Amino acid sequence: MSVNTYDAIIIGAGHNGLIAGAYLARAGKKVVILERRPIVGGAAVTEEIFPGYRFTEFSYVVSLLRPEIIRDLELPKHGLKILPLPSTVTPMDNGDYLAAWPDHEPTRREIYRHSPHDAEAADEYGRVMARAAKAIKPVLSLVPPDPSSMSVRDMVGLLKLGQYAKSLSEKELYRIAKLVTQSSADLLDEWFEFDPLKGTKSASGIIGTFLGPHSPGTAYVLLHHYMGEIDGAFRAWGFAKNGTGGVTAAIASSARAIGAEIRTNASVAHVIVKNGRAAGVALENGDELRANVVMSAADPKRSFLSFVEAKHFPDEFVGQIKNFRVRGSSGKVNIALSGLPDFTCLPGESPLHKGAISISPSIDYIERAYDEAKYGQFSTNPYIDMIIPSMIDRDMAPPGHHVMSCFVQYAPYDIEGGWDDAKRDAFGETVINTIERFAPNIRKIIVGKQVITPKDIERIAGITGGNIFHGELLLHQLFFLRPAPQWADFRTPLPGYYFGASGAHPGGGVMGAAGKMAAQEVLKDWR
Amino acid sequence: MLETLELKRTPFHERTSRLSVAQNWRRWAGYMVVGSYDLSLDHEYWAIRDRAALIDVTPLMKYMIEGPDAARLLHKVTPRDVLKMKEGVVSYTGWCDEEGKLLDDGTIARLGPQLFRMTSAEPSLRWLAMNAVGMDVKVTEVTDQIAALSLQGPKSRAILNRVCRDQVDELKYFRSAENAIGNTPVNVSRTGYTGDLGYEIWIPAEHALPVWDALMQAGDDYGITPCGILAMDMARVEAGLFMVDVDYTASTHAWIEGQKSSPLEMGLDWAVALNKKGYFVGRKALEREKREGSAWKLRGLEIGWEGLERLYAEVGMPPQIPSMSVRGSLPVAVGGKQIGYASTSTWSPVLKKYIALAHLQRPYYEPGSEVTIEITVEHHRKQTLAKVVNLPFYDPAWKKK
Repeated sequence: MSVNTYDAIIIGAGHNGLIAGAYLARAGKKVVILERRPIVGGAAVTEEIFPGYRFTEFSYVVSLLRPEIIRDLELPKHGLKILPLPSTVTPMDNGDYLAAWPDHEPTRREIYRHSPHDAEAADEYGRVMARAAKAIKPVLSLVPPDPSSMSVRDMVGLLKLGQYAKSLSEKELYRIAKLVTQSSADLLDEWFEFDPLKGTKSASGIIGTFLGPHSPGTAYVLLHHYMGEIDGAFRAWGFAKNGTGGVTAAIASSARAIGAEIRTNASVAHVIVKNGRAAGVALENGDELRANVVMSAADPKRSFLSFVEAKHFPDEFVGQIKNFRVRGSSGKVNIALSGLPDFTCLPGESPLHKGAISISPSIDYIERAYDEAKYGQFSTNPYIDMIIPSMIDRDMAPPGHHVMSCFVQYAPYDIEGGWDDAKRDAFGETVINTIERFAPNIRKIIVGKQVITPKDIERIAGITGGNIFHGELLLHQLFFLRPAPQWADFRTPLPGYYFGASGAHPGGGVMGAAGKMAAQEVLKDWR
Repeated sequence: MLETLELKRTPFHERTSRLSVAQNWRRWAGYMVVGSYDLSLDHEYWAIRDRAALIDVTPLMKYMIEGPDAARLLHKVTPRDVLKMKEGVVSYTGWCDEEGKLLDDGTIARLGPQLFRMTSAEPSLRWLAMNAVGMDVKVTEVTDQIAALSLQGPKSRAILNRVCRDQVDELKYFRSAENAIGNTPVNVSRTGYTGDLGYEIWIPAEHALPVWDALMQAGDDYGITPCGILAMDMARVEAGLFMVDVDYTASTHAWIEGQKSSPLEMGLDWAVALNKKGYFVGRKALEREKREGSAWKLRGLEIGWEGLERLYAEVGMPPQIPSMSVRGSLPVAVGGKQIGYASTSTWSPVLKKYIALAHLQRPYYEPGSEVTIEITVEHHRKQTLAKVVNLPFYDPAWKKK
């Protein structure tokens, strides 16, 4: 075989592309993983934007990285460590705060301080959500069957799903039906009374969507985020050593050790199609690479509307991908700090600095933030999810100094008049103003900051629309509908062309399930 | 209260007792030490694996062995080649009875031409004295006089460099050197019970607190964390390190022959210098065992996650495994026939694996062998697949660098 001939070509060295490549290499295939940027990682990268300060630039927590991937690819040997994120604190305008700990008793006492009713409700709510998450979780590891297909594989898949649904009690089925259709505000109002508690819990229902807590469907997203917590002993939820870039660096190192080749600065121009099937890729620099299997780990729009000419797909499919909603709704502000932010509610250094800090005083606060975004503005008072990675991993900043990662919602991709430098600066200012309300010393300790808009996510990480999940986690975009009806099994209408990324089932987050399952499907088809 | 009825407090008690949120105390050789400071072990465990953990290990039995025959005595009672040990070298070793069965294990550090420091888990004064008959050597127990702190984790070196009079960059794995922290002369050895980069600091007991304070202060920027022995117990299993009377029975404590273990059975082949000169206690028996092969071996077991998931799925639950190390015997079988047992098992947070130290019969101890281990799923005894692996489970590159 010539140097440019492979068994499989993977487009995109984000975590899913790397995982898919590693699994294929593990099965003995000659694999190349192509990355447009000079570094691997996609949206899971750590970069030293200011010397000595390392930013986990886009994605900043590891939600559900599948433990079997960690074991199969021996990622701990390649440096992976998932460090616990021990707490969440919501600062309040009255100078108080609401904290949540991994231990039940202190959390209960903390909520009790604000609302004895909610302290009891929280226990029950936790159990109900854990059971619902447990009920849905097995579905995540199934390849979605196509309900309209008569093929053996789909029939078996449907049968499995049917059997599984049958194993759930009627009550559980109703609960799940309600959860997937309800708004998170409605769900939380049924349970709780304390605004900061509801606000903070509702936030995980809107992350990565272009919806507000009152929008139907957000309760499911909340559940999706809840799934990391039922793993208990897996402890797959946390902050990766060296930032999220540490995850992809470990996967890349493992993939290389198994024999996969990774090429950076290798931007794909298009997929080569021969005799009606994928036969390789052409790079922007003119190089051509050949393989019988090409897998895209890019977002659905680029995978199906840009890499491949529309004529190779049925019109209906192209239409569905065009309508796939990828509206970016969030931005990131990464800040290098000469000290710790001093929160009015927690003067000095506190154990809560090691966990998440959530600016989410109420559901209304977040809904109002959404209102502005609906009409093309970024939120004047945004929801912010902050962590201070250097408090968790001391290698992220020079000793005594810190880095802070602020996930900010809402910042619409389609901002009125389009994003420009002035708007980006204004967005950054808004975020700092919001933090300043709760931590007045913030401006004094800023050494440097990086403001990332959805447009920047698209430009740097290559995700169309800048949506962190490559496509919103909306009910009509999940499971056998993700990315398009009939094509949720990682295959595409173009034979030899596969799709394994966050825009595929089971959706986004640094989970790796899509990459792994796509590789397994490729291997099933291998003749 | 009679003083002897109370557990001894280490010289660090004033600090450790105040820092302990959990007030979870454990007995160790007549002392009380912190089991865990925090309500969950996560923070302390990850201090060992990613930052720096400060562990009070004062209860280790400590002996100073001094005199023209000091080396000769240790050469005789241990299977290590002590006569060849240079000053500044530390050796881990087990020591045996005449039948080559382990009595205890610990470290010996050569501090001078005629001076050694030995640590053990069990009182060893009588054993050393019995073997020193006719030798010019003095053995002194210094357990209470020398306070000991274990500073373990990838940042331990950077922290020591901040407080020590002499930099420790040149201190190699299993070496020790005199040093000073503030005005306190200390001995620093690059040793530990975690399998990570780490040091043990030997301090005159009366100066213990200033050294604790100096380390805590210097380590603040590196996330230094006081750590109890429960988190260390997880790390030591990952590191493949065993514990007397947990993973093997001291031959003096054994009721029957079958309870005893030889260093070769425990995987200490590398620490049994059968090529060394002269007699040492247990030599004949160990030579025979080496020739004939060991009937048992201590190995690692990786318990398959898929099997666990399947067994728990049968009762409709996600796998439930303890989040800390468990010292309880679990039968190990092949084809339904018991061929060994696991002595300590733990969830490994860094490896995302459920692992165990296990005693396995020949020939099932070959790495790669598939065995089953007993787990109790909702009160029902089940067998689940496990794989035999070499120890250690976790061996980071920076441990010896």
